[in-house]
Amino acid sequence: MSTKVIQALYNDDDILMDAVKETRKAHHHIEEVYTPFPVHGLDKAMGLAPTRLAIASFMYGCVGLSFATWMMNYIMIQDWPQDIGGKPSFSYIENMPAFVPIMFELTVFFAAHLMVITFYMRSKLWPFKEAENPDVRTTDDHFLMEVAVHNNEQELSDFLKKTGAVEIKVVEKH
Amino acid sequence: MYTISSKLKVFSFVLIIVGLLGIGYSFISAPKTTADVEKILEAEAHGHHGAHDAHAHDAHGHDVHSAEAHAEHEEHLLHVLHQLQNKPWAALYVAAIFFMLISLGALAFYAIQNVAQAGWSPVLFRVMQGITAYLPWGSAIFFILLVLSALHFNHLFVWMDPELVNPESPKFDKLLNGKIGYLNEWFWLIRAAVFIIGWNLYRYFSRKNCLAQDEASDNAFYKKNFNISAGFLVFFIVTESIMSWDWIMSVDPHWFSTLFGWYVFASFFVSGITVIAMVTLYLKSRGYLEHVNTSHIHDLAKFMFGISVFWTYLWFSQFMLIWYSNIPEEVTYFVTRIEQYNLPFFGMVAMNFIFPFLILINTDFKRITWVLVMAGVVILLGHYVDFFNMIMPATVGDRWFIGIGEIGSLLFFLGLFILIVFTALTKAPLLPKRNPFIEESKHFHY
Repeated sequence: MSTKVIQALYNDDDILMDAVKETRKAHHHIEEVYTPFPVHGLDKAMGLAPTRLAIASFMYGCVGLSFATWMMNYIMIQDWPQDIGGKPSFSYIENMPAFVPIMFELTVFFAAHLMVITFYMRSKLWPFKEAENPDVRTTDDHFLMEVAVHNNEQELSDFLKKTGAVEIKVVEKH
Repeated sequence: MYTISSKLKVFSFVLIIVGLLGIGYSFISAPKTTADVEKILEAEAHGHHGAHDAHAHDAHGHDVHSAEAHAEHEEHLLHVLHQLQNKPWAALYVAAIFFMLISLGALAFYAIQNVAQAGWSPVLFRVMQGITAYLPWGSAIFFILLVLSALHFNHLFVWMDPELVNPESPKFDKLLNGKIGYLNEWFWLIRAAVFIIGWNLYRYFSRKNCLAQDEASDNAFYKKNFNISAGFLVFFIVTESIMSWDWIMSVDPHWFSTLFGWYVFASFFVSGITVIAMVTLYLKSRGYLEHVNTSHIHDLAKFMFGISVFWTYLWFSQFMLIWYSNIPEEVTYFVTRIEQYNLPFFGMVAMNFIFPFLILINTDFKRITWVLVMAGVVILLGHYVDFFNMIMPATVGDRWFIGIGEIGSLLFFLGLFILIVFTALTKAPLLPKRNPFIEESKHFHY
């Protein structure tokens, strides 16, 4: 089954924001919006769910802290507890201040890198990935809103024209 | 205009009176002579297994050792007497400096907001000015305490003992004698006066200019405030550092640490911001701050979170560096704290770091009033304990206790603080009128 979408192009982010709000009010489903730069408040206007990346990052940080603690405890306390310059290697807590810089850095390292990788995976971004850009102008100075068509092509394109679109395209998607 | 509720007024008076009673009791009940100390020690010994030693001591009355042992015992009694006599003074001193520095921290935050031309905070300027209204009173009381110390009413500052710098005396301390050019009562008091006057002058004029700006037809007063705020911040950072050596580090005159000034700063800066947040929440809940929204609160909470972590960074940096190198002359500072103040010393890390870190890391929590109040109370108590840990080990040693004297002092200054701050808030409208950033601040949204 082939699905049709209407791509409405705008040349101003304020007009785009109003168009998004009107389109949502009229209960047309917005498939996607392409913008050259982040438009503040667009996600709220589109009704997108908030990101959970920060929660993931917090958990990755906990993993990093646990890893650092386990690693230093195993190496410095359990495996070979030798006396290095009089540092007390009898238990982890006794020598902990010396491990804190490592614990801190690994927490940050895990939290940052794993979150970035999560972001790449969730947004399906990788080298050699084929760009999904519907119109090259959206990376420079145009904004594009893609709305699904359900046998209401004429009505929908008239509606979008009224919201200030500078160009309307009907595209077959497969 | 804000009007102070009669309930709040009565509450602060009750705190002041209860606090005064506690302070008075702690001074009256402090031992006067070594004989009193002997009784206290005996009472303590009976409670413990040490009772045996005391009796054995008496039994061996007349041999050669006893004279020496007797002298040693007398010396011990004198030592404990000094510690116990210091206790009410130290309790007063910790509470006085803590509340004075809270308002100084709020003043520094206010100056930074002015200089940074922050667009979010002008709606909170009058709240900050209200909190800094405590500074003249608090610093006057604190200065009186310093003068009393210099006049030898107490032994908080051991370097003030003239015997220690007298080469003829058996108590002569060569190290202190080497610092006499800096650590002497007159120079110390003059420095204190200069710092306190400087801070108060900035507070006075920035408030005056801010009120004048309301009625002005141009931004001249705003610009004036910008300039004096920048000047104040330079003055502040120099005097703050010296202040921390003079009033806090010098109770341990044999010890020194280079990042101490920053550490003290972080402690009272976060307390000041926390108090700003809590007063704002209170006034907001009473319906006085129309234009303050959850985004303003959120920003304050972010500062509480960030500066708490900053404090921890400095606390740990100071601790770890000294722990790691373990040089005897500086490590004693932490040895006494870990051995005699274990719970307060590590408990404050939990209160000042772990708790606020886990609570305030969540964006949604930073907008919930009761979460912020809870976090704020813990942060403030934690930083009181921080100042307690800085002063007490050198002044009362292992005789510390958070008892009537300490709580009384805390309640007295809390009552005074509430009374002065909320009275000052009634003196001017809570919204600055002609601040160039006020419109942006009213519509601040994060």
